Amino acid sequence: MKYVDAFRDPAAARALAGRIREAAAPLAGRSRPVQIMEVCGSHTMAIGRYGIRGLLPPHLRLISGPGCPVCVTDAGYIDAALELASRGVEICTFGDLINVPGSDTSLAAARSRGAAVTVCYSPLEAVERARRDPAREVVFLAVGFETTVAPVVSLVDRAAAEGLGNLSLLTAFKLVPPALEALAAAPDLAIDAFLCPAHVSAIIGADAYRPFAGRHRRPCVVAGFEPLDILYGIEGILRQLDAGEARVENQYSRVVTAAGNRRAQALIERLLRPVDAIWRGLGPVPASGLGLRPEFAAYDAENRHGLRVGPGRDAPGCRCGDVISGRLTPPECPLFGRRCTPASPVGPCMVSSEGSCAAWYKYGRIATERP
Amino acid sequence: MCLGIPMKIVAVDPAGTGTVELDGVRHAVDLTLIETPKSGDHVIVHAGFAIERLDPAEADARIELFRSLAESRERDGDGG
Amino acid sequence: MTTPDRILLAHGGGGRLTAALIADEIVPRFGAGPLASLPDAARLPGMAGGLVFTTDSYVVQPAVFPGGDIGALAVHGTVNDLAVSGAEPRWISLAMILEEGLPLATLRRVLDSIRAAADACGVAVATGDTKVVPHGQCDGLYINTAGLGEPIPGYRLSADAIRPGDAVLASGTLGDHGMAVLCARERLQVASGPVSDTGTIHRLVRAATPWAASVRFMRDPTRGGAAAVLNEIAGGRPFGIALREDALPFAPAARSVAETLGIDLLHVPSEGRMLAVVAPDAADAILAAWRALPEGAGSTRIGAVTAGPAGAVVMETLIGGRRLVDMPLGELLPRIC
Repeated sequence: MKYVDAFRDPAAARALAGRIREAAAPLAGRSRPVQIMEVCGSHTMAIGRYGIRGLLPPHLRLISGPGCPVCVTDAGYIDAALELASRGVEICTFGDLINVPGSDTSLAAARSRGAAVTVCYSPLEAVERARRDPAREVVFLAVGFETTVAPVVSLVDRAAAEGLGNLSLLTAFKLVPPALEALAAAPDLAIDAFLCPAHVSAIIGADAYRPFAGRHRRPCVVAGFEPLDILYGIEGILRQLDAGEARVENQYSRVVTAAGNRRAQALIERLLRPVDAIWRGLGPVPASGLGLRPEFAAYDAENRHGLRVGPGRDAPGCRCGDVISGRLTPPECPLFGRRCTPASPVGPCMVSSEGSCAAWYKYGRIATERP
Repeated sequence: MCLGIPMKIVAVDPAGTGTVELDGVRHAVDLTLIETPKSGDHVIVHAGFAIERLDPAEADARIELFRSLAESRERDGDGG
Repeated sequence: MTTPDRILLAHGGGGRLTAALIADEIVPRFGAGPLASLPDAARLPGMAGGLVFTTDSYVVQPAVFPGGDIGALAVHGTVNDLAVSGAEPRWISLAMILEEGLPLATLRRVLDSIRAAADACGVAVATGDTKVVPHGQCDGLYINTAGLGEPIPGYRLSADAIRPGDAVLASGTLGDHGMAVLCARERLQVASGPVSDTGTIHRLVRAATPWAASVRFMRDPTRGGAAAVLNEIAGGRPFGIALREDALPFAPAARSVAETLGIDLLHVPSEGRMLAVVAPDAADAILAAWRALPEGAGSTRIGAVTAGPAGAVVMETLIGGRRLVDMPLGELLPRIC
């Protein structure tokens, strides 16, 4: 695969692992390990899938951050989707959300009881569903970070252009920079640097992290999702730490520009406005979400169907919040691998394939051993 | 989040849609988020949408850098 | 979330939920006889010369997909279950449940395809049944086939015979069938996509007969893919399995779509492949015998049995890291994350 396989080359990975060991050596004498947070769940997945932890020196730790939109989606959102399904609305969703527990149950369980739940790869499939039966209400579960926002919200334009009156969005979009701010504000957070997301950055641009890096004096390195990208990103972070720097570095320059994708930004700006949002794990974060502008209220499922997404009830004992904010590693949660497994997840981090707990469960139990 | 794979544009339709290809497999794609998409461009595809262009010169330069790192490492006799 | 009190789609996916359903509901009721070890096909006790018996149901949607259809699949799947049990397939039954309104042309195509596949495999349709249900009660047509075969002398297959050092072989690219069906089903608008590998493996079993005593275990990686089969082999046993990612055989089209949808091809079904665990000194000879047949042209060694970690399937990744290859959960879901 062009521009994919070249970034999975074993010889280059060995070379980069060696350079990481060299760059990490001056940091070995510190009182605690160097902690790098990979903000994005796709980084978490790739780190697990390629066994990257086992290539790193012991005093270097990767902490999985809040970058999985499924994991940070509050249980109350799933409850609202289930409520719509129970009213006979057809729910269209990315496969990622289907097993996420709400306060009581999941969309997969609702589907087994006859609810109309359709798994979509592309949001455009929701347009087809709405077109097929104009008498049936269709709601697309509009979750995601900046990467996914533009593709999903373009449904509004499609629906308007086609005159589809039966398609609406249940929005729970989330924004990465405000989440970083909320994380960095926590007094007990010991993160030395941030590995910044690849495709979120493609939309918002690498410059979006400048205010954050400057204010909090933390290196921010934008890296791609292939294993060599991740290793090179880690090396870049270590070189900054060695030199006492805290800059934004864009190492995914084959895709990410300083300013980002202006067409996507313009679409988002035209249709959406910042709203306060509740993050599982972080709680309410001001202006960290996006909702439809009032003039598009007809496409807002909450408005159209007269319901409000309220706070959900998290399962007792679930520590997803601490995992997302980097305070706990997944195996440190008392439920991990016991009451909470991918087959019967208690918290969202075990559900999404890119959730920290699921990635750790799938890949981590062995990968944490050093070869 | 945000699985995205580089694919090559092989057809651009007037309606803002098109076709992309990866290892012989062709997918329908939405190109409305790309400024003046052209056949032969590489784009990152996410959820059926091209979300950004891939710059082949930047990609090739990085691949070349990784290749030289690997070669110098092996020449120095440290396989890692 | 507690254990679901209804059947979920994932209960049929060949992963953890399928295993739990069988362990909780089937084994306690029927597990005392030949079913005890949950074989692909059972060796029936007390039959002169021995008889091997299997059954399988086919509900694939769409009924026609790139590379095959439900008819070919219904023959191949059952023949393959007999073959990996060390048997020569002889007879199959054919039971069909047809939905009111099914085009006769579709039925004819499927029946022709059953006939062609049975002829190619040297099995005869010995008995059958047809039922029609009202529109909406089944999705076009469902097929069940049972199969009877005769044991091939020399095979004494048991996962308990597996030892550290044994080689793990695959007879070709993995996951093509599942990706072909997924592309056809999920409205993905894919062209020149993956083509199903549906086909038979009984000639591969025959070809390995000279080394039968060195073959510990064979299975076709259908639902749940290679990951499910390998985890079933290693699970609860005193050895592990180590795979090498750079040795895994995947077709470019299947790989392309799997990367796009975020799906692990080790979780994806094949319908014309087999995995075998064999003594190390027989591995090269068996691979050579397989490669001499068109259906085994892509045969390769994908890993080895290790002393530990016991019960686990571990992969050395492309870049030299290690990770666990876990049992899939069930339903194959396209994801964006």
